[in-house]
Amino acid sequence: MEILVCVKRVPDTAENEIEVNRDGSDIERDDLVYSVNEWDNYAVEEAIQLRDKVGGSVTVITVGDDESEEVLRREMAMGADNGLLLCDDAFEGSDGKGIASLLKAAVEKGKYDLILSGALADDGAGQVGGMLAAMLDYPYASLVNKIEVADGKLKVGREIEGGNQEMNEIQLPCVLSIQTGINEPRYVGIRGIRKVASVEIPQHGATDLGVDPTAVGAAGAKVKRVDYFVPDMGEGAEMLEGSTEEITAKLIELLKAKGGLK
Amino acid sequence: MADIYAYITYKGGVADDSSLELIAAAKKLDAGAAVTAIVTGSGADLDKVADDMAASYAKVLKFNLDALAYPNAEVVRNLMVNVLPADAIVLVSHDTFGMDLGPGLSIKLESTFIADVVDIEGVDGGSLKVIRQEYSGMVSTHVTGDISTGAVINIRPGAFAPDESKSAGGSVEDKSADAGDLTAQRTFLEIVEAEVGDVDITKSDVLVSVGRGIEDEENIEIAEELAKAMGAVVSCSRPIVDAKWLEKSRQVGTSGQTVKPKVYMACGISGSFQHLGGIKGSPFIVAINKNVKAPIFQVADVGIEVDILEFLPELTDAINEL
Ligand SMILES: Cc1cc2nc3c(=O)[nH]c(=O)nc-3n(C[C@H](O)[C@H](O)[C@H](O)COP(=O)(O)OP(=O)(O)OC[C@H]3O[C@@H](n4cnc5c(N)ncnc54)[C@H](O)[C@@H]3O)c2cc1C
Ligand SMILES: Cc1cc2nc3c(=O)[nH]c(=O)nc-3n(C[C@H](O)[C@H](O)[C@H](O)COP(=O)(O)OP(=O)(O)OC[C@H]3O[C@@H](n4cnc5c(N)ncnc54)[C@H](O)[C@@H]3O)c2cc1C
Repeated sequence: MEILVCVKRVPDTAENEIEVNRDGSDIERDDLVYSVNEWDNYAVEEAIQLRDKVGGSVTVITVGDDESEEVLRREMAMGADNGLLLCDDAFEGSDGKGIASLLKAAVEKGKYDLILSGALADDGAGQVGGMLAAMLDYPYASLVNKIEVADGKLKVGREIEGGNQEMNEIQLPCVLSIQTGINEPRYVGIRGIRKVASVEIPQHGATDLGVDPTAVGAAGAKVKRVDYFVPDMGEGAEMLEGSTEEITAKLIELLKAKGGLK
Repeated sequence: MADIYAYITYKGGVADDSSLELIAAAKKLDAGAAVTAIVTGSGADLDKVADDMAASYAKVLKFNLDALAYPNAEVVRNLMVNVLPADAIVLVSHDTFGMDLGPGLSIKLESTFIADVVDIEGVDGGSLKVIRQEYSGMVSTHVTGDISTGAVINIRPGAFAPDESKSAGGSVEDKSADAGDLTAQRTFLEIVEAEVGDVDITKSDVLVSVGRGIEDEENIEIAEELAKAMGAVVSCSRPIVDAKWLEKSRQVGTSGQTVKPKVYMACGISGSFQHLGGIKGSPFIVAINKNVKAPIFQVADVGIEVDILEFLPELTDAINEL
């Protein structure tokens, strides 16, 4: 099975405090530590496990800049066979549809039986996988937490409300967006990264993909981010302050009053 | 402005809470809009929900077909593409069904998609301005969308106060004959119910809930000791279950359990909307987190800015000494 996995390089929220920059045009990007979108690691792990079971190859793809190569390398260190970087000044400022149409152009240049994305990335839209599927006229399932191969088809579980699972049969080729928890993504050590450090990663720009540069990027975006801000949410929590003894004493008082201690 | 449509989800003959939230969102788009509800399915549940919706929506389009008995997003998408005008403004709840439907529907309708909207600022000509959140709620953004050729707008569950006025006096039209070809490449098989665990966190009045801030599997013990001292039960956020440190049945949130405790101690939990969606009944919320900007502090009653790995054992000792 030829599998393509879409991955995104995102600021690592475990490593950074995300703050709005001075004029609200962006988040503060100086000193940000980036990593692979959490969901995408699950997608790559799932692809590797499927390949190991039924044969074929795993290609990881991203739309990004030169620095995005590092996330492709990380996923190749996990076990993906190939990387593909879609990179062009014209792609900057793409909205979700722009990203999906670039991925579509790349899919059409290859031959894939299965395309995986993450369920969600840092912008929190959960849109790219579903859009890509519709553009390709492939069937789609979101929030997938189980995949079984059955000849020419897949049986997939979708996670729905309450942790229940919706089982579906889906025809190939298809696009699935992967939910966290479907597997346990393998650990990637420095050694693994070093092994793929010098592997050539092909780059495609607008001309290579045959896309109209004015249809993607900021020029083609129908959805535009105007600014970033931190909403005023009213009072928020009463913060307990003082020494640890003082805080624990206050908290115990409150817990007693609210029925939190038995 | 073009006509506004809302897709209604329901279960056992009862419309989801989002059905009244979508009206509220529609009125923020266009205060005078006559909003149309789309209700699909089959049988008595469908009829009941369609009738109920007529109180809130000016018009209800009902589609009664076996193919729609279970809301398979691909089948529903085909239906919507067959029956909606090209410039329709479609509102969908951003739940597990809406996430399945919305992005692809926008492509097929050749319209603009805006995901997970938490507020609507207004419409200026063909441009809609909304508020979204990024980085799990740590920052918000104003986003504009060109809706002049139609739009699919996914509305975050719980973000809009439900419109309870029920004064629309709408009519129900059975449009089943117009549904068109609904053939899909994905087939619904069955629902597998979530497993029941050894403890039922929904029955506990006091929950000590741990999130990714607990950092390591070994540290779960710290929370267990506190819970023991308090006479509470340990629950958790999703990453703890994904890491297999605790059972799925301990997860609080939209894809886990809905809990109604008296006291909820959120320890090293950032406060994502999916997590908060599982906490009902306005408990007394104590947030313990080392990042004072974590969104959980906005919803908590009491907050402590501290490292939980240091603080929780201190609290346990203090309680044990009482
Ligand atoms: C400088 C800058 C300017 C931007 N300007 C705009 C703007 O004007 N308007 C706007 O709407 N957005 C803008 N964006 C957002 C950007 O285009 C988003 O990447 C896009 O909307 C999709 O991200 P998401 O988080 O919504 O993805 P989701 O749909 O939530 O991600 C789901 C999955 O899709 C796949 N995916 C997402 N992004 C990529 C990618 N780049 N490459 C490969 N796979 C991917 C991954 O598998 C991911 O797990 C801007 C971003 C940057 C950095
Ligand atoms: C469809 C869908 C359904 C979902 N359903 C659920 C659900 O049911 N339940 C759920 O919980 N999530 C759910 N999620 C995931 C959700 O979006 C968040 O990713 C998740 O809730 C984050 O968990 P967290 O707060 O533990 O982790 P994070 O967001 O990583 O937050 C960790 C927090 O701990 C703090 N911290 C770190 N170290 C320490 C320390 N030593 N001391 C004190 N504080 C510390 C940090 O400041 C941070 O605020 C769902 C997501 C999707 C897409």
